[in-house]
Amino acid sequence: MSRLAATFEALAKTGRKALIPFITAGDPRPDFTLPMMHAMVEAGADVIELGIPFSDPMADGPVIQRASERALEHKMSLRRTLAIVTEFRKTNQQTPVVLMGYVNPIEAMGYEDFANAAQRADIDGVLTVDLPPEEAGDCVSLLKARDIDPIFLLAPNSTDERIKSMDTAGSGYLYYVSLKGVTGAGHLNVADVEAKLNQIKANTALPVAIGFGVKDAQTAKTVADLGDGVVVGSALISKIEANLDDLDAAKKAIVDLLVAMRQAMDN
Amino acid sequence: MTEKYNMPDERGHFGPYGGMFVAETLMLPIQELNTAYRQYLDDPDFIAELDADLKHYVGRPSPLYHAERWSRELGGAQIYLKREDLNHTGAHKINNTIGQALLARRMGKTRIIAETGAGQHGVATATVAARLGLECVIYMGAVDVVRQSLNVYRMKLLGATVVPVESGSKTLKDALNEALRDWVTNVDNTFYIIGTVAGPHPYPAMVRDFQAIIGREAKQQCLEQVGRLPDALVACVGGGSNAIGLFYPFIDDRSVKMIGVEAAGDGVETGRHSAPLCAGRPGVLHGNRTYLMEDDDGEIIETHSISAGLDYPGVGPEHAWLKDTGRAEYVNITDTEALEGFHALTRMEGIIPALESSHAMAYTMKLAPTMKKDEIIIVCLSGRGDKDMQTMAQREGIEL
Repeated sequence: MSRLAATFEALAKTGRKALIPFITAGDPRPDFTLPMMHAMVEAGADVIELGIPFSDPMADGPVIQRASERALEHKMSLRRTLAIVTEFRKTNQQTPVVLMGYVNPIEAMGYEDFANAAQRADIDGVLTVDLPPEEAGDCVSLLKARDIDPIFLLAPNSTDERIKSMDTAGSGYLYYVSLKGVTGAGHLNVADVEAKLNQIKANTALPVAIGFGVKDAQTAKTVADLGDGVVVGSALISKIEANLDDLDAAKKAIVDLLVAMRQAMDN
Repeated sequence: MTEKYNMPDERGHFGPYGGMFVAETLMLPIQELNTAYRQYLDDPDFIAELDADLKHYVGRPSPLYHAERWSRELGGAQIYLKREDLNHTGAHKINNTIGQALLARRMGKTRIIAETGAGQHGVATATVAARLGLECVIYMGAVDVVRQSLNVYRMKLLGATVVPVESGSKTLKDALNEALRDWVTNVDNTFYIIGTVAGPHPYPAMVRDFQAIIGREAKQQCLEQVGRLPDALVACVGGGSNAIGLFYPFIDDRSVKMIGVEAAGDGVETGRHSAPLCAGRPGVLHGNRTYLMEDDDGEIIETHSISAGLDYPGVGPEHAWLKDTGRAEYVNITDTEALEGFHALTRMEGIIPALESSHAMAYTMKLAPTMKKDEIIIVCLSGRGDKDMQTMAQREGIEL
């Protein structure tokens, strides 16, 4: 069983939901990421989504775009992102790590070279925003052959048919983008998310993590109740952005927010 | 190859290029668009409405003009200019915006968005939005807003909201990113009019089909005026919409050479250029796989060209396919050479070309003398140069 499947299964047994923080590798500096990953695990993270910086993050809002820009200023890359995970694994063999990003850096490395490198770095899942199942065939087989879960996005306008195709192509979990828009946008409509989750659950047995628009402990709790996990990204990166001159303060603010979310979700 | 050219496939692939590389939220809208587009492509009512607009509003057919003096001066092939600069709004862009706007109205969309580089596509979009009474938002890189301020003013006069994009390199690619973000947020009421043959399927095929009127007319006009097909076609390539519009109807006419001219900026060897087909490699950006300007890590790199309309790190996927199959050839022209082309056409024929089109003119100056006097080149004069007066004056140290 993959580390992701085992994590979601263990959580389900105790009736808890996965807390999944997202940060961009190398934001605001390459040496910030590794200690931040460990701190997030201590704060209660069950899975870590690590963003691969990209020059043109079309599906992201301004907060995550600026995170990419800061990381790229320090020459952060897919290779260096994988190296961070290799370091992380030296002291943490339990927490699943999912790489999230756009397909072009992976194309540039080559699908097979990437799949091999991800396996060596002990990556658990790969979520490629702009690689829908229609285009993902080659990449999915290479990942699955190495026991790496391909994670796919679902949107408010995904049809039954598409949910089924994600269920077939994907594994580990599905990521439900809870609103039409970019990361960090607007506010969630709980009734809409609930209705959609019912439709999704009718078409897949995979765990469903919900993201986009999760800003604080209260929304984390509300969203956790609807699915199997909560993804929080822009709200964390905003803490980095607000404390660029004091990265210890940034780290503390991120830890505080995650601890508050964890407590709210578990109560 | 005797088989008739029949690209793309059902899911928008031109060989390994093209496709639908988009986030999940956009899958449904692009599938709806594809369905609507295929439906109306065969709908006599839609075609009649489009044809009437192209004739009475755009002013088509555009002339195919024999540049006799310039041909004589260059001493080689006979040069014919396809005069897209004479269209309403001054460029070929309106052929496509009319088509997509009529489609938007039939799909019940009330809001139009677009990206623009030089501003020609933005103006052409704002124009049709004004005429159809649709809300219109144009995304434009902040750098381009400055260097094409005249077109910004035109768009505002036409009632559009122009949003300067401050992210990334602040040029066309960043405007496209921002337009995609708007679309993903407002998919229910919004139609995204992409201005070139890029983006996810069906855009590359749809924009080509709306622009193919350039080549259909040129072919017929050439047969009428000269009695035979041309020997070569020349067009500038940024995203590549005017080029594919001219080339497409000739693809199965194997005797006709097709030459796309990319922007070499300071020179391809300097790295400061916008010539992905000549000096890039395949990758995925803005919804399709094509040749890109990128670094070893797959990050998109900044492009350079004197012409805002060619300042783009990708290119339409069909051009990538035509390059790989050898059916078309792609060359490049520097900023300096483009200015020579600009001046030559202006002084020889009394026609001021856009800086984009000037790249095609400059290559024609190299090509024509190598050909025989009874051979024929059709060059796409994709737009007029009025919008570039400020850039030109500045470059030549003249205060207006």
